[in-house]
Amino acid sequence: MKIAVCIRRVPDTTAKIVIAAAGTAIDPAGVKFVPNPYDEFALEAAIALKEQAGDGETVAVAFGPDSVQETLRTALAMGIDRAVHLQGEPSADGLANARVLVSHLKDGGYDLVLFGKLAVDDYGQQTGAMVAELLERPCATAIAELEVQGGTVKVMREIEGGTEGATCALPAVLTCDKGLNNPRLPSLKGIMAAKKKPLDVTPASVEGAQATVVSLALPPERPAGRIVGEGAAAVPALLEALTSEAKVL
Amino acid sequence: MANVLAILEQRDGALRKGAPELLAAARQLAEAAGGAVDAIVFAAGEVAGLDGLGAAGADRVRTVTGDAFAQYNPDGIVATVATIAGEYRAIVTSATATGKDLAPRIAARIGAPCGMDVTQVEIAGDAVRVTRPVYAGKAIQVLDLAGTPVIAVRPSAYAATSAGKAGAVEALAPASFTQRLTVTGVAEPEGEAVDVAEARVVISGGRGLGDPKHFALLEELAAAFGGEAAVGASRAVVDAGWIGHGHQVGQTGKTVAPELYFAVGISGAIQHLAGMRTAKTIVAINRDKDAPIFKVADYGIVGDLFEVVPALTEAVRKAKG
Amino acid sequence: MAGSAEYTGVDFYDIDSLLSEEERAVRDTVRQWVSDALIPVIGTAYDEGRFPKQLIPGMAELGLFGANLPEEYGCAGLNNVAYGLIMQELERGDSGIRSFASVQGALVMYPIFAFGSDEQKQHWLPKLASGEEIGCFGLTEPDFGSNPAGMITTARETSDGWVLNGTKMWITNGSQATVAIVWAKTGDIDDAKGIRGFIVPTNTPGFTGKDQKGKLSLRASDTSELHLQDVHLPKDAILPKSAGIKSPLMCLTQARYGIAWGGVGAAMACYDEARRYAMNRVMFGRPIAATQLQQERLAEMLTEITKGQLLALQLGRLKDQGKATPSRVSLAKRNNVNMACEIAREARRLLGANGILVEYHSMRHLANLESVYTYEGTHDMHSLILGQEITGIAAY
Repeated sequence: MKIAVCIRRVPDTTAKIVIAAAGTAIDPAGVKFVPNPYDEFALEAAIALKEQAGDGETVAVAFGPDSVQETLRTALAMGIDRAVHLQGEPSADGLANARVLVSHLKDGGYDLVLFGKLAVDDYGQQTGAMVAELLERPCATAIAELEVQGGTVKVMREIEGGTEGATCALPAVLTCDKGLNNPRLPSLKGIMAAKKKPLDVTPASVEGAQATVVSLALPPERPAGRIVGEGAAAVPALLEALTSEAKVL
Repeated sequence: MANVLAILEQRDGALRKGAPELLAAARQLAEAAGGAVDAIVFAAGEVAGLDGLGAAGADRVRTVTGDAFAQYNPDGIVATVATIAGEYRAIVTSATATGKDLAPRIAARIGAPCGMDVTQVEIAGDAVRVTRPVYAGKAIQVLDLAGTPVIAVRPSAYAATSAGKAGAVEALAPASFTQRLTVTGVAEPEGEAVDVAEARVVISGGRGLGDPKHFALLEELAAAFGGEAAVGASRAVVDAGWIGHGHQVGQTGKTVAPELYFAVGISGAIQHLAGMRTAKTIVAINRDKDAPIFKVADYGIVGDLFEVVPALTEAVRKAKG
Repeated sequence: MAGSAEYTGVDFYDIDSLLSEEERAVRDTVRQWVSDALIPVIGTAYDEGRFPKQLIPGMAELGLFGANLPEEYGCAGLNNVAYGLIMQELERGDSGIRSFASVQGALVMYPIFAFGSDEQKQHWLPKLASGEEIGCFGLTEPDFGSNPAGMITTARETSDGWVLNGTKMWITNGSQATVAIVWAKTGDIDDAKGIRGFIVPTNTPGFTGKDQKGKLSLRASDTSELHLQDVHLPKDAILPKSAGIKSPLMCLTQARYGIAWGGVGAAMACYDEARRYAMNRVMFGRPIAATQLQQERLAEMLTEITKGQLLALQLGRLKDQGKATPSRVSLAKRNNVNMACEIAREARRLLGANGILVEYHSMRHLANLESVYTYEGTHDMHSLILGQEITGIAAY
């Protein structure tokens, strides 16, 4: 089985966000960048599927500036076989970015294309499903369970108030949610081996983007709250505040 | 081309909640564009509650009926919506698991941009302008979308309105499509009626609970709210295996915006705050008066949660009568 | 409690920019493992006075044992800076866990690699790298600590092998090791040149290891006494290329090198905890971080950590160039461990009464570092090594 995993490089979730002077993007100075946490579920799924099958190939694909090569090498260190860097600047339009990925994926002969359910920077949550549409392949998003048997994929995803089961045939596109697996850490040998694995660079550019960022700003600060009291004795005061001030009871 | 299409969700012949809020958002956008609101519902047969959609803001309700829609069927929905997309200025879905699954598929099919988790939608010249939290709520992005954008609107962002529209129900024939994904069924665990992402009240617990079994205290408080409350959790306790990840609130869990949020024994790590800071009212209960959670809470009680929570449960039970 | 899940290290001088991508990746992977696997269990293990054995498979899987030895033996083949960063991150968690890795890598795998036959290397190194075998290093004796050349453990050659007799003390991993590297005198008892290394499977009759009880430091690490009574070994148990007291001292130089990095890790953990605590702890209506006394404490910590980081890094670069002389290693071990002791103590004080609790980390580090200050060449011995380096006169 040949599996592609499309990954992103994002600020560490603990990073403090500072808006750059232009007011449309974050200031990356001093921010630590990491592989998108949801993409790690996709990487783990790909590596585990290959281990299970005993053969096949796993390929990590990233569209972005040169800095994504570090993220690709993290994927290689985890155990991905080779990497493809689509070198260019992604746009704010997920569909335009999806087309760039598709330019590589369409002739790649992939049985499975995996994504994280979302990237914790722009929260776009769309590239995976769009790639599936453009490739005219079955798609399940935000999967929390996965079983591949023969040419059939069985998934489970969490929906409001329950879980939804679905099946489709390979080749397919899936986006991965937390709960799917426990991603492995790259081992030290893996890190050293990653240097020797192929990382192909292909220039790529976005065309026909239909979304533009007007502004990026910090959210309004919440007005300061107050301590209504200590211990169980403060419960009546809290009830009173929730009832007459906040009016939420 | 000034009309707005709102895709409503149903499960087993009942509309999912969030439909009136989505129609309120669609209404506002349609009025700004000078158009009308069409709701569309895909179902196997009759759907209860369609007659109320006019009041909630639908000028017209389009129903697409067929066995193919007994379960959620993204391939069928996308094919049909694509055939009528040309009639609309914008297409909106709820930012639910289903709505967010659907929106990008439709956008890709019709070649349009897509905006997810949108909290505000308006007309800005030739574009539809959406406001949405990014970096897990640590920043707010405003995007201009050209074409006929497909937008997933957060149910909590708009309040239902009474619009008094006709809401005439018209059947629409489904377009032919290739079934690529087959939804086999939905399992709804008993007793877990309300999802944290949908609940009006969320009661979250963290390490301060000391032991997984103490989540029972929070479940009792949730029960006191009578079916409108759900139990959430911090990443620390989810990672420790105290409770399923479906309950996790925060940057790598669910982002919630309930009317009332209780943080019980949660210190307030930045990832957690990111997931709940847009709650209308936040209450923190923590024994450490210096815990960062008190900085974002509207109301705080400093004290032992094992005393405070049972007293609170009792008080809520009484207040709710 | 101290927010270790969000631990992002200390890098005031952009020292990251002096590291290669692989070195950073190695550091980050170990840092993540420490946050995920070690920090959640260390407090309890320390409190209960036991080594958290359950961590061994995870450490082996990551490749933490003998990570700077060649790939042909199942090791990662890292350079010495990356190896140092591993030690730094492990000691950010706990000195006892770092000690475990130091012993396995620098004191057991290294001597087999440096002084062993090809057969010994092929047989032992992959098993030690994978954690299938756990090693310990028997050099120090009850009456010979800083002066190991005075040892009285003997190895007598017989017609078919060797017979070892003696007692070793303060042996990390001693009770749970499956194999011990034991140093013994093969010739005259006054002849330090006759000291040779032996590979001793711990199930050999006559070999016993028992834990030393009552430790108030390194409580999450086993420290043992080894007794060897007429332990019969085959001829090929000897490390053929070991030759005199300088052989075990070469091992110690390897371990001390790692400790110089480890001290930085412990200091970073304490500083990180102190800084977070100072920002959050409100007293007299404002965070204690707003007081000049605590700011001075934090400023001192950051300064000393930054100096220690640069020292460790340059030592690592020298080691990769073959220029890390024993006295250069002494300087860094002496400085960085002493610096870490001071920072741990100041951090504990900044934490007030909370600082004595096991749910915070500084006091555990403080207690551990007193051992680290004393082992692998006491602070004082390193002063004397440097004194000799400067003056040419041995004062010990």
